Amino acid sequence: MNKKKFFEEINILGQCRRLNLSLWQCPSFLFLIMGIIIITSDIFTYFIGSHYISDPLLVALIVLILSTVLLIISFFITQSFEKLAEAARMKTEFINIVSHQLHSPLSNLRWAAELLMSGRLGSIEEKQSEYLKIIKENVQRMRELVSDLVIVSRLESANLVLNKNEIFLSDLVNQLIEEFRPLIKAANIEINFTSEKNLPRVLADPLQIKLVIENLLENAINYTKEKGKIVILLEKRGENLYFEISDNGVGIPKKDQKFIFQKFFRSENVLKYQTQGTGLGLYICKAIIEKSNGKIGFKSEENKGSTFWFTLPIVR
Amino acid sequence: MPKKILFIEDESALQKTFDDLLRQEGYEVISALDGKTGLNLAKSKKPDLILLDLILPKMNGFEVLAELKKEPETKDIPIIVLTNLEGLADVNKAIELGATTYLVKSQYNLEEVLEKIKKTLSDLSV
Repeated sequence: MNKKKFFEEINILGQCRRLNLSLWQCPSFLFLIMGIIIITSDIFTYFIGSHYISDPLLVALIVLILSTVLLIISFFITQSFEKLAEAARMKTEFINIVSHQLHSPLSNLRWAAELLMSGRLGSIEEKQSEYLKIIKENVQRMRELVSDLVIVSRLESANLVLNKNEIFLSDLVNQLIEEFRPLIKAANIEINFTSEKNLPRVLADPLQIKLVIENLLENAINYTKEKGKIVILLEKRGENLYFEISDNGVGIPKKDQKFIFQKFFRSENVLKYQTQGTGLGLYICKAIIEKSNGKIGFKSEENKGSTFWFTLPIVR
Repeated sequence: MPKKILFIEDESALQKTFDDLLRQEGYEVISALDGKTGLNLAKSKKPDLILLDLILPKMNGFEVLAELKKEPETKDIPIIVLTNLEGLADVNKAIELGATTYLVKSQYNLEEVLEKIKKTLSDLSV
């Protein structure tokens, strides 16, 4: 082991930072703590032993055996912890690299399709146009997936920086409803947005909160059957703004409810209605809301519908 | 005289798309596939606008931007950054270095990028 490697090995703080773990989850730090415990227990064993056993050699042997056993156990435990932590770090880094590398070809593909569809390079026949539309829609799906993966990798590597601003949540909701209007109309869904008047501003990153509301609204639309109804409510509750979105859609089965904010989780019943989707949306929503000092939750009943809510702190 | 646009981008597929699009719109297009060539072309051809990617071979977009803003003959050319980097630190760095507009590729469709180009050029004429 060269000098540099040796210093890297004993730089516990540096190793914890590299693995992006807190001290109490960091294998090197835990190994150090275990070492201290072993030394303390050795001293303790020595005093107890010398009190009851007359032969000092026997006492020393017992202490030696005890400390060797403890040291071996702790070494293997921390080694396996370290491997797990390193695997988790590499997985996050892998997602990050792959997602970034996918962005470029997707932009190229999308813009090339758009240029063809614009008719600038010659007129496009109806059938060709249909296929170009398919390409564009699928590129859009892949872009959304890649964006979700980028956010997840940033959340997991603690690199998601929120650019907090004072924002009016009702403006954001109205804007999103308008953006989703064609989809809402196509799905034959009625939407109703009620907001208290003169609501104060909240302190949050508008882009990230937009993503949260987008995810919740998209879920409500996708998992609501024909002639569905979506109700959005915005009101002040104490020191927070309270956002709620209810639908009369497929709902979440009771057995799946505890997993709903987990990464990549998709409830069995929704797969019948919507095969597309990554199971990342609600995980991202929860992480963003909690990072914005808010709370998020839901209540749901299968075949009756779901209500998702979140709160965000008001600007004082 | 058609307006000259220099596009510094290492993705040849994107070069081709923008070349066709911008020529259709009546612009003259000059292309560079790396930062160093882009910088030299900016000095020799004096374009009216530069479209600049940030991840580039030989010289990255930030370095190109800093050099362009340092040289008296290129410092007034408006630069639209067109990139996949969406971190706030990258946006701030590019704007501080003198970029006129910062566009994240995945967030804009082709028509929107074209509008930004037209607007930047029309602001220049005023």
